[in-house]
This record gives sequence, C-alpha cells and structure tokens, in this order.
Amino acid sequence: MIEIDNVHKHFGTLHVLKGVSLNVKKGEVLSMIGGSGSGKSTMLMCINGLEGIQKGSISVDGIDVHAKATDLNKLRRRIGIVFQQWNAFPHLTVLENVMLAPRKVLGKSKQEAEAIAVQQLGHVGLGEKLRAFPSRLSGGQQQRMAIARALAMSPDYMLFDEVTSALDPQLVGEVLDTLRMLSKEGMTMIVVTHEMRFAREVSDRVAFFCQGQIHELGTPEQIFDSPQKPETADFLRSVL
Amino acid sequence: MAYTFQWRPVLHSLPEMLWGALVTLEIAALAMAIGTVFAILLALAKRSGGKTLSALADIWIETARNTPALFQIYLIYFGLGSFGLRVDSYSALLLGITFNNAGYLAETFRGGFSAVPETQTRAARSLGLGQIRTMWHIVLPQMLRAVFHAMTNQMVWSILMTSLGVVVGLTSDLTGVTQQLNVVTYRTFEYFFVAACLYYLISKIFTISARLLASRLFRY
Amino acid sequence: MFFGASLSWNDILFMLSGAVTTIAITLASVAIGTSLGVLFGLARAGSPWWISWPIGGILDIFRSIPLLIQLVLFNSFNSMFRLHWPTYLVACLCLGIYAAAFCTEIVRSGVTAVPTTTRRAARSLGLTWFQEVVSITLPMATRIVFPSWIGLALGVMKDTALVLWIGIVELLRSSQIVTTRVQEPLLVLSIAGLIYFLMSFPIARLGAQLEKRWRIQ
Repeated sequence: MIEIDNVHKHFGTLHVLKGVSLNVKKGEVLSMIGGSGSGKSTMLMCINGLEGIQKGSISVDGIDVHAKATDLNKLRRRIGIVFQQWNAFPHLTVLENVMLAPRKVLGKSKQEAEAIAVQQLGHVGLGEKLRAFPSRLSGGQQQRMAIARALAMSPDYMLFDEVTSALDPQLVGEVLDTLRMLSKEGMTMIVVTHEMRFAREVSDRVAFFCQGQIHELGTPEQIFDSPQKPETADFLRSVL
Repeated sequence: MAYTFQWRPVLHSLPEMLWGALVTLEIAALAMAIGTVFAILLALAKRSGGKTLSALADIWIETARNTPALFQIYLIYFGLGSFGLRVDSYSALLLGITFNNAGYLAETFRGGFSAVPETQTRAARSLGLGQIRTMWHIVLPQMLRAVFHAMTNQMVWSILMTSLGVVVGLTSDLTGVTQQLNVVTYRTFEYFFVAACLYYLISKIFTISARLLASRLFRY
Repeated sequence: MFFGASLSWNDILFMLSGAVTTIAITLASVAIGTSLGVLFGLARAGSPWWISWPIGGILDIFRSIPLLIQLVLFNSFNSMFRLHWPTYLVACLCLGIYAAAFCTEIVRSGVTAVPTTTRRAARSLGLTWFQEVVSITLPMATRIVFPSWIGLALGVMKDTALVLWIGIVELLRSSQIVTTRVQEPLLVLSIAGLIYFLMSFPIARLGAQLEKRWRIQ
C-alpha cells in the first residue's frame, strides 16, 4: 500500500504540492488527471524518491520513502516508473536495456536475466526486436521497451508519467493496450494521463489535481459523470 | 639537377629509426594517458570546483590552448631551472605534451559531460541503480562516444608533437635519431624523407585502427 | 660571483620585433593557406571522386607528418636545387601549404553545408556557376566556417614558433636569445608567453562569441 500524507513540495519559491493526502491499495489502478503544472507528475517523482519533499510523509508498504535511513535503491526495485520521454539507453540493445537492472541490481545471472528480459519483452510485443538498438525503434516501441524494462524488476507498483504525451497519435494505442493488459493482470498502478477515455476505462479511482492539491477523488463514474467541484467540471469540459 | 640521392645509408640505419619510432609512440601514449587523467580533473574542477580551483583550471587550459606547444616545452625545460629543478629533454617533452593534451582534452570532456542528458541518469536511478553503477553503465559509455573522435585527433597531435623534442636536445625519438644521423652524414633530405614516411605510417595506422575500434564499440 | 644582467628595455624591444616577425609570417602563411584552401576546398566539394579523393589524400599527408619535418624537408629542397630562396619564403610557403591542408577541409565542410536547394534556386534564376559560387555559396559558407577558420589562423600563429629550427628569429627564438644574456629563463619566457597569449586569446574569444551568436540565429 502507498500512503501519502499531507505532502508539501517546493521548487525554490514555487509551492508545487500543497498538502496532498492519498492512499493506493494493492491491486488498485489510480489515475491522476489535471492541467499541466497542477503537480501530478511531481507527486509521482516524490513517490519513488526521485524528488524530495519538504513536509508530510510518503510510505510504501510501511517504509518511509523520505527517511534518511531508507535505502532508496532497494525501495526502487519495488516501484517501477515509466517516463514521458522513454529514456531508452541508446548504447544498449533492447535486450541489454531490459537485462541491465536485473543483473546489476538484483544480481541475477546472465541466463536468468536474459530469460526475464525475453519474457517481459515478449509480453509487451517486442519479442522480434531483441537485438535491435533503440534508435531503430519507433517511439511507441521504445516506450513499450521502457515498460518491459521496469517490469523486469518484478515491481509491486508501477508509476506511469504521461507515457503517451510525447508519442505520435497513431502510436498511442499500442502503449495504452500494454497498460490495459497490466491492469487486467492485477498490477497496482498510478497513471498520470491526459487520455480521459483511457482513464475512465481502466481506473478504479480517479484523482483530479488542481494547483498542487487533490481537488476531487472518486470512481471514474463520479468524476466524469457527476463532478462535485466547478474546477473539475471546467477542466473536463476543456479536455473532452 | 646537381644533387644525387643516396638511399643505401638510410636503409642501413632504418632499424635505428624504427627504435626511435617506438620511443615516439611511447612518449605520445604516456602523454595521452596522463593528459587524460589531468583533463578529467580539470573538467571536474571547472564544473564543480570552487572559485580558486576553477580559476587555476582556467589558467592551465587557456595557457595550453593559447601558446605554442614548443613554448610550453621550453617553459618546462628552461623555466623550471629557476626553481632549481633540472629537467632532462625526455621529461620536458613528455611533461610539455601532457600539459598541452590536458588543456585541449579538458574542453572536450566538458562537452562530453553535457552530451549525456540528465534524464538518462534519472531513468537509471529509477531502476534502482546506484550512483556509481549509473555512471559506469549508463553515463560513461555514452560520454566515451561523444569524445572518442576528439581523443583520436588529440592522440595524432600528440604523436606529431613528439618531434619537438629535438629542439630541446632529445636524441632518442624518431626525429632525434634522424637528426643525429643527419648531423653525421649531411644527407638531410633522404633521412628526413624516410622519417616523414614513418610518421605518416604511424599516424595512418593509428587513425585506421581507431576507426575500426569505433565501429566495433559504437554500433548504435 | 656572476649575476645575470637585468632585463633591459632593449631586450623587450628585441622580443617585440620577434613578435612582429611571428605576426608577419602568420599573415603571409594564412593568406597562402586560405587562397589554396578555397581553391582545393571548392574542387573537393564540387568534383567527382576521382578528382576529390586524390586532392584529399595528398593534403592528408601534410596533416599526418610533423610540421618540423616538413620545414626541414622544404629547407633541404632549397639547398639541394640551389634555389637560393630566402628562409622566410621557405617558412611561409611550408606553413602556407600546411595551413592549406586544413583550410581545404574547412572550406569543403562549409560548402557542403550550404543546402543544394539554395544553390539550385540561384542557378534557376539564371546565375552562372561562377556567379552562384561567388554570390551565394561562398558568403553562406563563410559564415558557417568562420569560427573554424579563426581557430586555424591561431593554430598557424602558434606553429610559427617552429621556424626557429631553420634559423628565423621569431618571438620564441628572440626570447631564447635574451635568456642566454639575462639568465632568467622563467621571467623572459613568461613575457614571451604573455605576448603569445595577448595575440591569441582575444581573437579566440571573438571566434567563440561569433560561433555562439551565429548558432542562435
């Protein structure tokens, strides 16, 4: 379980998160929606400690992410993250991209790591591209590779940060299909997205971010069909 | 044309010249290796050192880049005497080229650091890789590609610069050996022509092997 | 006990006259190198491989052999064929050809960086090949390669130090002569270094600034 309690975050004088509280249960799919600059991506970075926080606490399965004593590298094995910019490692083949962390972080043998990588890459539909370098792949394929790379660590949680925003429109579908598949398999996921139809379809709950706070939180039906706050309604009108 | 070429004595002393070529390679390689270490330190000093450190690095880099290499060798050979240090011509040449290499490579490495985007580090850290492993597996290999070409060029410069040793009296490198033979025989053209061929061969062999290595290393 | 004579104003003047020699040789060599470089560069950029490659291959030889060796060879030509050319001419020619070897590649890269479509557009307006090169390609290419050309010119300036080996008294040699009299090598060499720095650094900075400004545009 991910427990977020009254989190505040500043970038210099900018107050990006103003007291966010939220719990995500095992097996749940939570979507974060909201305008750009509303703090949802920053929230994601704070969950696996890529960004620090100034007040409040975040704990994952009871471990305080931002405590000094916490071994972040160890914690991050359990939290996979996929970025808007897929960040493929250009000097490694697709297979090597996925094998790297299981080998170096989990200490698996070459054979084990390769077996995991082949399985995960097959899972996201890249079984044919194992020996290719990322530069030979389309954006959508690189993004699916990034998902396989995170899954290869067999994480308990997956964070997705606007994973389709940088893609050409015709490539968005293949990546969303991969996310759908994961949600059906019962993966616990937090998805920051601008794809409202997708959010409505896969989410158990939807959180609407506005000015660094969760303005409204509820089931997709509640948020999309009968928003309680005027800001939520305004935002939905602007994107739908 | 009144001049008659005499190649036989030159061919006779070819083994000597080849030994000289080995010394040339040795000095160039040493100067490159030590220069690279200093260049990394200089680049780091400019990137994250304090004001004093960064200013000292600037003095080193700008002197290396804005004065002749021969001047730098002179400064070490003649200048260090003022501190009571006797530097022989071999060390003066080696130190001079090292100083020069470090200054030029420091600028190369500064570019190399920024050639690997911050997002790569972020992605690696998010997979649980520590700082050192991220540096070793993700940042360094990509940096190497960014600086490889400039480094091979610098190595060629390094080889060519060794010829300056003769000006401060070095007799063991290729130019030094050639000059010794020249002083004895006065067959200036023949000896230096053969030396030129050897330098050309060394440069070409090095450049071509570096290119082959690059095509094996950087397949992406 | 012997103390070296102290550095006099005359010594400084002597070194400055050495610096003038350095500048004179630099200007002459850069002029020769640039004219030849433009010629060969245009030839390399605009001709079939059986012209372009030999030119490239021959010029590459000059980039792969130490300049010092080239100077010695040029100088020995002079005496072998009893040409009786002044040493200055030998130095300028040798440095000039050496500079041309680099300048050719600079010019070629500049010309190939001018888009073919731009050149075609100019020709389609009825300009001859020569008119197009003079009024379109060269001005555009000049802008692209000017910073590298500055770098080349400064490189030649530093390389002029080597002509002391064939007996020309330029800045470095003049400071060496002063040193033998004054016996303060560090002081005298530092002054020489400062003069080199003052000749090189401002121009290097200017080049870097132009490069930055032109890249933004």
